[in-house]
Amino acid sequence: MNERDQPAGRVLVAKLGLDGHDRGVKVVARILRDAGYEVIYTGLRQTPETVVAAAVDEDVDAVGLSMLSGAHLALVPPVVAGLRAEGLSTPVIVGGIIPERDLPAMAEAGVAEVMSPGASAVEVVEAVQRAIEAART
Amino acid sequence: MTGDAALPGDDPTPRQRWQAAVDASPRRDVPFETMSGIPVDGVYGPPDGEHPGQFPYTRGPYASMYRSKLWTMRMFAGFGTATDTNARFKELLANGGDGLSVAFDLPTLMGRDSDDPMSLGEVGTCGVAVDTLDDMEELFRDIDLEATTTSMTINSPAAPIFAMFVAAAEGAGAQRARLGGTLQNDILKEYQAQKEFVFPPRPSLRLVADTMRFCAAEMPRWHAISVSGYHIREAGSTAAQELAFTLGNGFAYVELGQRAGLAVDDFAPRLSFFFNAHLDFFEEIAKYRAARRIWARWLRDRYGATNERSMQLRFHTQTAGVSLTAQQPEVNIVRTAIEALAGVLGGTQSLHTNSMDETLALPTQKAARIALRTQQVIAHEHRVANVADPLGGSWYVEELTDRIEAEAEALFAHVDALGDGSMLDGAVVGIEEGWFQGAIADAAYELERKLNDGRHVVVGVNAFLDGNDEPQPETLYISRETEDLQRKRLAETKAARSAAAVDAALARLRTEAADPEVNLMPALIDAARARVSLGETMDALADTFGRWEEQPRT
Repeated sequence: MNERDQPAGRVLVAKLGLDGHDRGVKVVARILRDAGYEVIYTGLRQTPETVVAAAVDEDVDAVGLSMLSGAHLALVPPVVAGLRAEGLSTPVIVGGIIPERDLPAMAEAGVAEVMSPGASAVEVVEAVQRAIEAART
Repeated sequence: MTGDAALPGDDPTPRQRWQAAVDASPRRDVPFETMSGIPVDGVYGPPDGEHPGQFPYTRGPYASMYRSKLWTMRMFAGFGTATDTNARFKELLANGGDGLSVAFDLPTLMGRDSDDPMSLGEVGTCGVAVDTLDDMEELFRDIDLEATTTSMTINSPAAPIFAMFVAAAEGAGAQRARLGGTLQNDILKEYQAQKEFVFPPRPSLRLVADTMRFCAAEMPRWHAISVSGYHIREAGSTAAQELAFTLGNGFAYVELGQRAGLAVDDFAPRLSFFFNAHLDFFEEIAKYRAARRIWARWLRDRYGATNERSMQLRFHTQTAGVSLTAQQPEVNIVRTAIEALAGVLGGTQSLHTNSMDETLALPTQKAARIALRTQQVIAHEHRVANVADPLGGSWYVEELTDRIEAEAEALFAHVDALGDGSMLDGAVVGIEEGWFQGAIADAAYELERKLNDGRHVVVGVNAFLDGNDEPQPETLYISRETEDLQRKRLAETKAARSAAAVDAALARLRTEAADPEVNLMPALIDAARARVSLGETMDALADTFGRWEEQPRT
């Protein structure tokens, strides 16, 4: 998949909040790396503020948030708002357990894509590509 | 092998010893026969071969196994406030569940109060919020804690939560010596897999040693540690890694107890284990059989145990949460049933079956009931509990058992070398170097690759997608009001307590934390009684212990 010399883009992946389940975020990091992205992983227990600061520092093209604990309504919107407050249009993609009833709230908060459990590697890469391209236009 | 019948004066054969043990064991009042009426023996195999209840216990820790007592149907539950979970506990007990198992919310698991800024959005969502003794009392209101057994899945803050539990039970009139249950308290796997760590490994192990000594002295019915492979497997390990890392951690706790001055036979009988029941039916059964055999040999030969109870590995099983799919969630009932059957045929002592909707949210009451019913169907309709180790002697299962044992021994050798001949030091060094974490992440990615290229088929995910478009079932919804309510409860407790008593309790904790010779349990129990919150207690300990941060690696 990695046919270009240039990386496909830079992606920050983050674990927000107290949840320590990092299997998914690590697998996604490797999937994106295999697809030619440069991936920066924040490590565990990030706050919306630390994620926004890392996205600014690392000058990334997209931010991926792993949310499994049910705290997405409290923690995801401040990340998007924080990026916009920095004048950035960086797309935010959420992966994990997001009940259907919360999808409108995620869209309203400005989340570009929500990936459910069971999304394939191809779907993950396509979602990131789509989000980055949409943010550029 | 020959099956000579014993002559008078000869040593009894394994079969005769097994029969004597069975005769001395209780017997459930059910017909031990097939549905067609064929009588069924308690075990099958050559009379001079391995038998359940006999070293090395490959075929089961007890001679009569489920003929005496079915496994404990212990359903993990917890959500919202203590009041919400108390109602769910009573419902599970009323429906034939026979042990409690507390799921705490993430702030509690991380030792933080509900009003901590990091707790935002997490209060009561993944389990029940417990901030102070008031919550712990409410959690078990009108439940006789001497009459049931209580399992608490808590690790970094295990000692303070256990202290709150003891204080709550005694406040309700129970005696601590009569309380039965299990504290997960397995800190090593937190750094390796589950990642709910607070303090660095070494001071955390001191807290574990304190609870071991406290239980050995005062709570003979309590399991101080449930050495847990479940989370290692969920994080992506293979079956052999789950087995090896878990038993390796078990050996580390044995060495920890010995270093704390305890004799191995004074605490090893109260160590229990917790394994995953994953998709590969026969491999899982082989894993449980290998686990018992390895534990027995290591405890006797390396750690000098002489009490049989020290060598008998007993374990709880939970079906694999990670095997459940958000797509066509009803299919999860089938996966869970087959995984549970592997746990039963592998000889588990207790079992939690996951609910079909757990990839979507905490289980609804109906989904939790179906999960419990799944165990009841296995126990009562399928007649699989009549014979101990029914797959013993299967060429396939025996070979797999040997193979997994050999893989585990190779991994033990690595950990032992890391620790210069100590499994305890090897576990800590392996954590500090990220060796366990890397091995687990590699295995997780390997399985993901198999899923993506179709070598690993998951119905509804990479095959048989028809039906994926159906709407999701109704799920349990924890409203944000729960968080506000819990913060209000905490504020009320803080307003009603004596500030002087809180200050004194915290000062004592700080002093005693600095002295590794002191057992912190008495000070923690007193702090609980003074309504010191969990977050305040953990902060006081962190002043001495420091906090652990993991180097991010992918």
